[in-house]
Amino acid sequence: MSTISKPWDKDPVLTVEHLTMRFGGLVAVNDLSFSAGRGDITALIGPNGAGKTTVFNCITGFYKPTTGMMTMRHKDGATHLLERMPDFVVSKKAKVARTFQNIRLFSGMTLLENLLVAQHNPLMIASGMTFLGVLGIGGYKAKERQAIEKAKYWLDKIKLTDRADDPAGDLPYGAQRRLEIARAMCTGPALLCLDEPAAGLNPRESAELNELLLGIRRDEDTSILLIEHDMSVVMEISDHVVVLEYGTKISDGTPAETKNDPRVIAAYLGVDDEEVDKVEHELDEVQAHHTQGSGQ
Amino acid sequence: MTSNTTKKAGPDLGKAFKDAILAGIIAFALLGPLIGLKTDQNMDNQLVLVNNMPVALIFVALVMVGRFLLAAFIYPAIAAKGAKSKAAVSLAELEAKAKRTKRLSLGGLVFLFVYPMLILALFGVQGSIKWVDNFGVQILIYVMLGWGLNIVIGLAGLLDLGYVAFYAVGAYSYALLAINFHLSFWVLLPLAGILASFWGMILGFPVLRLRGDYLAIVTLAFGEIIRLVLINWKDFSGGSAGISSIPKVSLFGLYSFDMGATNNFAKAFHLAASSAYYKVFLYYLILLLALLTAFVTTRLRKLPIGRAWEALREDEVACRSLGINTTNTKLTAFAIGAMFGGFAGSFFAARQGFVSPESFVFMESAVIVAIVVLGGMGSMIGVALAAVAMIGGTELLRELSFLKAVFGDDFNPDQFRMLLFGLAMVVIMVWKPRGFISARQPTAFLFEKKTISGDLVKEGHG
Repeated sequence: MSTISKPWDKDPVLTVEHLTMRFGGLVAVNDLSFSAGRGDITALIGPNGAGKTTVFNCITGFYKPTTGMMTMRHKDGATHLLERMPDFVVSKKAKVARTFQNIRLFSGMTLLENLLVAQHNPLMIASGMTFLGVLGIGGYKAKERQAIEKAKYWLDKIKLTDRADDPAGDLPYGAQRRLEIARAMCTGPALLCLDEPAAGLNPRESAELNELLLGIRRDEDTSILLIEHDMSVVMEISDHVVVLEYGTKISDGTPAETKNDPRVIAAYLGVDDEEVDKVEHELDEVQAHHTQGSGQ
Repeated sequence: MTSNTTKKAGPDLGKAFKDAILAGIIAFALLGPLIGLKTDQNMDNQLVLVNNMPVALIFVALVMVGRFLLAAFIYPAIAAKGAKSKAAVSLAELEAKAKRTKRLSLGGLVFLFVYPMLILALFGVQGSIKWVDNFGVQILIYVMLGWGLNIVIGLAGLLDLGYVAFYAVGAYSYALLAINFHLSFWVLLPLAGILASFWGMILGFPVLRLRGDYLAIVTLAFGEIIRLVLINWKDFSGGSAGISSIPKVSLFGLYSFDMGATNNFAKAFHLAASSAYYKVFLYYLILLLALLTAFVTTRLRKLPIGRAWEALREDEVACRSLGINTTNTKLTAFAIGAMFGGFAGSFFAARQGFVSPESFVFMESAVIVAIVVLGGMGSMIGVALAAVAMIGGTELLRELSFLKAVFGDDFNPDQFRMLLFGLAMVVIMVWKPRGFISARQPTAFLFEKKTISGDLVKEGHG
C-alpha cells in the first residue's frame, strides 16, 4: 500500500501538505495532507465537526491556514500556492470555484444574472474596465452575448433553462443547489469544491446531482472535490475518498477501501463497550500498517 | 372594535358613524379642558379663564371625521389589501405595474421639459421664479443627489450617511477654483466631479473593510469632518462666513447672466431684465445633469460592474467566491456615487452664488438617505418620486399660510415641517415598508423580462 501506486498522486490538480488550522486553542485541522487527482471526483468525508468545511475554507482562501501548503497545478503547468492568495484571487487566478453548505445565491437576481455575475472577470475586461462600456464602444455587446450563451449551456445542463428569467430566490431547494453548482462552473474552474451538494435533496434529486457531477467530470476540464454526508453519493461517484475525524486524516483510498476501513467504521458507527478492546487492538495494527506504508 | 368592520366587504357606515361619535366623545373629554379652557392673566395680573371652545371643537370635529374615514374606508381597504398580498402577488400584476411605471416615467420626462414653459405662461416672467427655482431646481438637485446616492445604497448596499461631504467637496471646488483661478463652470464641473470621487476613494480605502452599522457611523463621521474642516480652516474656505459672489454659469460662454455684462442674455434678446431667465437656464442645466446621472446609472447596471454591485448587495461572500474583488467594487460604487454628488455640489454653488458649511450639515445627508430609502432602494423612478414628495412637500408647507384663518395668526406652518415630515415617513414605512417602488428590473434576460418582486431583493448589510 505504498503511496506511489495511488493514481491521484501521479498528476494531482491539488496537493494539500501539512495543513493545520487553529482557532485559539482549538485545532480544527491537524497536519492534513492529501492530493486530489486531475479529472477525479475526490470526496472529503467525516463525522460532524471533523473540520471538513474548515479545509474547504482554507483551500478557497476564506481562512488563512496556521501552517501548511496548498498547491494548485493547472494543465498548462502553472502552479499556484493557495495559502498566499486572498479569497477572490483563488477563484480568479488559481481557478478554484466553490459552493456553500448553506446556499448563497443572489436571490433577488435572475438565474441568468447569477450566471453572468460568475463571469465577471472576463466581462470586466471586455467592457474596458467599465470605461469603454459606459460610452458604448468596444466589443462588450458581443462578449456579453457569448457570456449569455455560456450561461444558457449551463442552464441546459442543470435543466433550468425555462426558468432563466425568474429570480433565483423563487427556485425550489434542489434547483437552487444545482444553480449554485452551475454558477461556480461559469467561472471556468480547474477545481470545483462542493460543500455538501446533496444535503436536503430527495433521492431523485440526489440521483440527478450524481448525473450532473459525472457529466462535469466527463465533459469539462474540471476536477471535483466534495464534502458529503450522503454515502450513496460518495460511494457511487467518487474516485477517491479522504476521511477526517477531529481534524485528522484517518483514511485515504478508493471508496471500497475506505468503506471497509475499521477506523472509518468506528468513527461513523462507534463500537460497543465490550468490543472496545478488540477494536483498539485492530486499530493499533492498522496504525502500524499505515506508518509502515507512509514511511516508505 | 374595528375588527368587526374590517371583516365586512363594503364600508359599514353605521358602525363607522358610531365609532366616530365615540372617538369624538373621548376627544372632547381630553381636548375640551386642554384646549377649550385657557388660563391667562388679565391687566390686573389676575388669573382668568379664557373660553377657547371653538378651537377645541374644531379639533374634535377633525378627530371625528378622521375616525369616520378610518373606520369606514381605510381599515377595510387595508384588510382587503392584506388578504390579497397574502395570496402572493401574481406575476401579471407585477408586469402591469412595471408597464405603468414606464409610462409614468416617460410622461414625467416630457412634463419636466415643458414645466418651465408652462410656468412662464401661467405666472409670467417675474411670477415664475418661485415655481422654477424653489420647486423645480430645488427638487431636481435632490433627485440628482438621490440618484447618486442610490448607486451606493440602492445598488451596492453600502449605507453611506456622509454623502453630503461629496456635495460639499463639489461646491467648494467650484467656488474656490472659480474665484481664485477664474475658470469657467464648464471646466470646473467635471473637475468638481473628479475631486469628489477622489475624496470618495480616500474615504473608501480605510472605511470599506467595515460593514453595516460601523460603515454607517464612519461615513457619518467623515461628513462631519469635512464640514468642521471647512468651518475651521479659515484661510482656505473662509470659515463659517463661507464664500460669496461665486460666478454664475454662462450659456457656454456665449451669453452671460450677469446684469452688467455686455453679452447679457436678456439684453441680447431684448427682454426685460429679470433673474427668471437665469433660473430657467439653471432648471434645464440641473435637469440635464440629473438625466446624465440616470443615463449613466442605467448603463452601469447593465455592465459587469453594476451586476457586481447588486451581487455585492445580495451576498458578499458569494461574490468573493466568484473571483470578484469586493474592495475595488465597493470603491467604484463610492467613487461614482461621490462624482455625481460633486456635480450636484458645483451646480449648487453656481446657483446660490454663496456657499458656507451651514449648507452641508448632517440633516442634508439624512434627507438624501431618506429619499433613497423612501423611493425604494435601487429604483430610479421611486427615488425621483420620493424627492418630489419630500422636497416638494416641505416647500409646499410654506404655501399653507391660509391655515392661519383656522388656527389664528400665530400659526406658522413652517414650524410643523419636521413634524409632518416624520409623520409622513412613518405612514409610508407602514404602508410601503420597502419604499415606493421595491420591485427590481433584471439587467439581462433570455426569453422575456420579468419584474422581480421586492421581497426577494436584499437590502445589503454594508
